[in-house]
Amino acid sequence: MDQENSASHAHWFLMGMRGIASLPAMILMLSFVGFCALTVQAGIPVEQVVFMVGAVWALPAKVILVSSMMAGANLLTAFIAVTLSSVRMMPMVAALVPEIRGRRTPTWLLLFLSHFVAITAWVYAMEKVVSVPRERRIAFFAGFGITLVLANMLLVAVAYRYVATFPPIVAGCLFFLTPVYFLASIWNSARHRVVHIAMVLGLVGGPLFYWLVPEFDILLAGLIGGTLAWAVERTWRVRQAEKAEIEA
Amino acid sequence: MTALDGWWPYVFIAVAGWLATDIWRWLGVLTGNRLREDSEALNWVRAVATALVAAVVAKLIVYPTGVLEASPLWLRLGSVTVGAAAFFAAGQRPAVGIGTSITALAVGLYMLGF
Repeated sequence: MDQENSASHAHWFLMGMRGIASLPAMILMLSFVGFCALTVQAGIPVEQVVFMVGAVWALPAKVILVSSMMAGANLLTAFIAVTLSSVRMMPMVAALVPEIRGRRTPTWLLLFLSHFVAITAWVYAMEKVVSVPRERRIAFFAGFGITLVLANMLLVAVAYRYVATFPPIVAGCLFFLTPVYFLASIWNSARHRVVHIAMVLGLVGGPLFYWLVPEFDILLAGLIGGTLAWAVERTWRVRQAEKAEIEA
Repeated sequence: MTALDGWWPYVFIAVAGWLATDIWRWLGVLTGNRLREDSEALNWVRAVATALVAAVVAKLIVYPTGVLEASPLWLRLGSVTVGAAAFFAAGQRPAVGIGTSITALAVGLYMLGF
């Protein structure tokens, strides 16, 4: 029985690893080639770039870290800039955990695996775990998340020496792949109506709050847009339930 | 760049990069662990997380960096709109939406002389 169990865990870990050949993983790797070019321009040695990829992982946080290093910011200033950009990790991880944990998943394992959460892994996991048996979702996510981080550390180590400047059209299209992929995939994989509403409000809120309060734009768009989406969907749901009750 | 020599950059990356991001991931685990899958609280967290990600996406489109910084906003918004139309027309197939959108952008950039 135990043997069968561990074989099944290994199977789902491998299934997660296979996600490295998926469209989102490919798009992310292209983004990392772009990030690599940025670090070359910034004059950051390759060992530090590889360390950064493994240690920070989230791409926006790394871009902010690199610009802080380039600007010669002190440790505290850099910490504040990066940490403000990363607050969004908290609700992302909090929404993912109930989806992937099993009945007996230990907290230390979730704490360890949370390091592998960034937008791509989040979108991919939220989309795919539905088709994974509940008690194997942790293995599946671990397989995907860990492989994705290691593959990108390797990619950056190799690409660092070769990143040439792409023709502008190619560079522009590569950059554009990321937002367009997130849009299509989040919309397509949403299993709750509230996700669609939150997405529309977040899309409007991002630029709006950037214009109003650029320092806290993402946070405010998330909190205000998300709360509004939740309230709208809840009102709708309550009304439907009342209507169903009257009809019954 | 003296700041980039020796062990200091690694400490810098570990504190201002790794610690600065992972504390939020850990707090997310501790919060998420208390949320029941069918709870109203999780519904709210899900909405906030989605809106956050959508805001990041919108900023990438409206305020891009690199080459696209020099491209007109109407082209970027137009490419997304055309892609969205194709996505819904094809029964919400991501590949169709992504492909159409990128093609529209590439054609636009070419015609504008990029």
